[in-house]
Amino acid sequence: MRAIFLLVATGLLAIVAPILAPHDPTTQFADKAYAPPTRIHLRDATGFRAPFFYKQTLVNRLAREYADDTSAPISLRWFSGGRVATSGDSTEPVLLLGADALGRDVFSRLVSGARWSLGVTALGVLGALLVGILVGGLAGTAGGRVDSMLMGASNWLLAMPGAYLVLVLRGALPLVLTTGETFALISILFTVATWPHVARGVRGIVAAERAREYAEAARASGAGLWRLMSQLLPAARGFLAVETVLLVPALLVAEATVSYLSLGFPDASASWGTLLQDVNVRVMSEAPWMLAPAAGIFAATLIAQAAGARVPQRA
Amino acid sequence: MTNSLSVFVLRRLLGALIFVVVVSTSALVLIRLAPGDATTDMKMSVADPAAIAAARSRLGLDRPIWAQAASWIGGLARFDLGTSSHYGRPVSGLVVERVGNTAILGGLALVMATLIGIPCGVVSGSRGGAGARVIAAASILLVAAPPMLLALALLYLAVTTGVLSVEPGSLLLPLLALALPMGAVIERLQSRATADTVHTPAFVAAAARGIPRARVVWLHSLRASLQPVLGVYGIIIAALFSGSVAVEAITSWPGLGRLMLDGLLSRDVFLVAGCALAGSFLVAIGNLTADVLRAFIDPRIREAA
Repeated sequence: MRAIFLLVATGLLAIVAPILAPHDPTTQFADKAYAPPTRIHLRDATGFRAPFFYKQTLVNRLAREYADDTSAPISLRWFSGGRVATSGDSTEPVLLLGADALGRDVFSRLVSGARWSLGVTALGVLGALLVGILVGGLAGTAGGRVDSMLMGASNWLLAMPGAYLVLVLRGALPLVLTTGETFALISILFTVATWPHVARGVRGIVAAERAREYAEAARASGAGLWRLMSQLLPAARGFLAVETVLLVPALLVAEATVSYLSLGFPDASASWGTLLQDVNVRVMSEAPWMLAPAAGIFAATLIAQAAGARVPQRA
Repeated sequence: MTNSLSVFVLRRLLGALIFVVVVSTSALVLIRLAPGDATTDMKMSVADPAAIAAARSRLGLDRPIWAQAASWIGGLARFDLGTSSHYGRPVSGLVVERVGNTAILGGLALVMATLIGIPCGVVSGSRGGAGARVIAAASILLVAAPPMLLALALLYLAVTTGVLSVEPGSLLLPLLALALPMGAVIERLQSRATADTVHTPAFVAAAARGIPRARVVWLHSLRASLQPVLGVYGIIIAALFSGSVAVEAITSWPGLGRLMLDGLLSRDVFLVAGCALAGSFLVAIGNLTADVLRAFIDPRIREAA
């Protein structure tokens, strides 16, 4: 149940992401290159007031020094223009996680990137589960030659390091793709690379289940292959929950790797991996907030693990 | 080495050979099937068609896919991996250079992960107390840290504190990024396997007969509990090479991943096939070593194979 919740929540987060972003992820604000995070204040000299922030002015262009202009407080504007919160001054952005080299809001880019990273992950896991359940269920229920053929194929795929498999398959596709094509193709690639993990586990459980009395009774009463499979598959529920919880972080990292190596999402629709391309040793020391996408992936991994710890391991 | 063990090794070697040939040939066919070829990359769009045709014939791209795949397999028998269109050098030299780097990184990471993971797992699995809990907590956190993120985190630590070298080519940082999560996985597995074995009647009885507990845990229980842990080394090795692609890119370690990427981006047929060959070779060697170790520990495995 929690695994399904995790998968649905991942997909939902991906859909609502653009509403949470205060700015357009591609808007470049003038004189905001590597501007540090904006501090949100709740009180000024006169006492408490609605959340506001101060305009950041560039003090020293070479050293990229910024200072708060306390004479000009700007209020946050709520629920306008299809966003939960944004800056009350259209020329002065609210930079919750600072700005990147081109003066774009890192928080907005992170939140918009979640749509691609989490979306591809959710679709990839869904695909892996569907194919894996079908192949594993079929192999376990049918047994014999079907079993050894299907499991032989999945064992070959399992022996290959996933990253190399995904890279070669991705490399064999056109190198420049639109965002939509990238989204669809990477989800399919992730399905191809991960279904054997699901299939192998499901096959083992279904094959063990097949030897039990109720399965024998079903066969004796004339149940066909599909009917028998539908009776045996529910036994794999616990395993599938654990597998989902393992696959979500694995595919998030896989997406980050592919996009980091510039074979994934383009800059115009940057995913978390694309955002990490901008991080190098110098950027790390001057603008550590650029590491936010890495923190996002780590947080998602921890959440998935916490969900996994509570999944009953009945397999 | 007993006879059954050498038969086991021979059979596995043959399987590994077939694996390597099939994987590298599939990579070659895949890149030939991909849209565009090496001449698209050579900025030849302005060159005259005759020059492009000449280049394609020199690279063998005018030959049918099956003919090129056949000559690739024929070349393998003579250790001839063709010439890279991107680098203009024999692929074998390029691959040997880079595969060495990846093998050093991956091999050392595997050794380090094992040397940390197994003893820590035995400690945390065989007793309670603060030490065991600290190990378990650290390892649960590290299991959640993929090598890619750990590489970024260590790089950040190195930049802000200067405790690690960030020079391109320094080994410690990528090594730690790969070995620590892997060591954590091994620790978790060993911990559970140890906990399972020390509570079996045989080991309770051994302790009851007055055999020192340390001897029971570290000698007898370790041999029994290593079995399931070694069983997943195949998966661990594949995961290690997967993680190494991102770690190599982040820490500028000149390994196989980068070379393969260059080959893919420039549609360099032989270079990609050569990298696939080297990668699958490393994986096969790793799997083989794990299987032989397992068969060495447990005779049932070599009889069953």
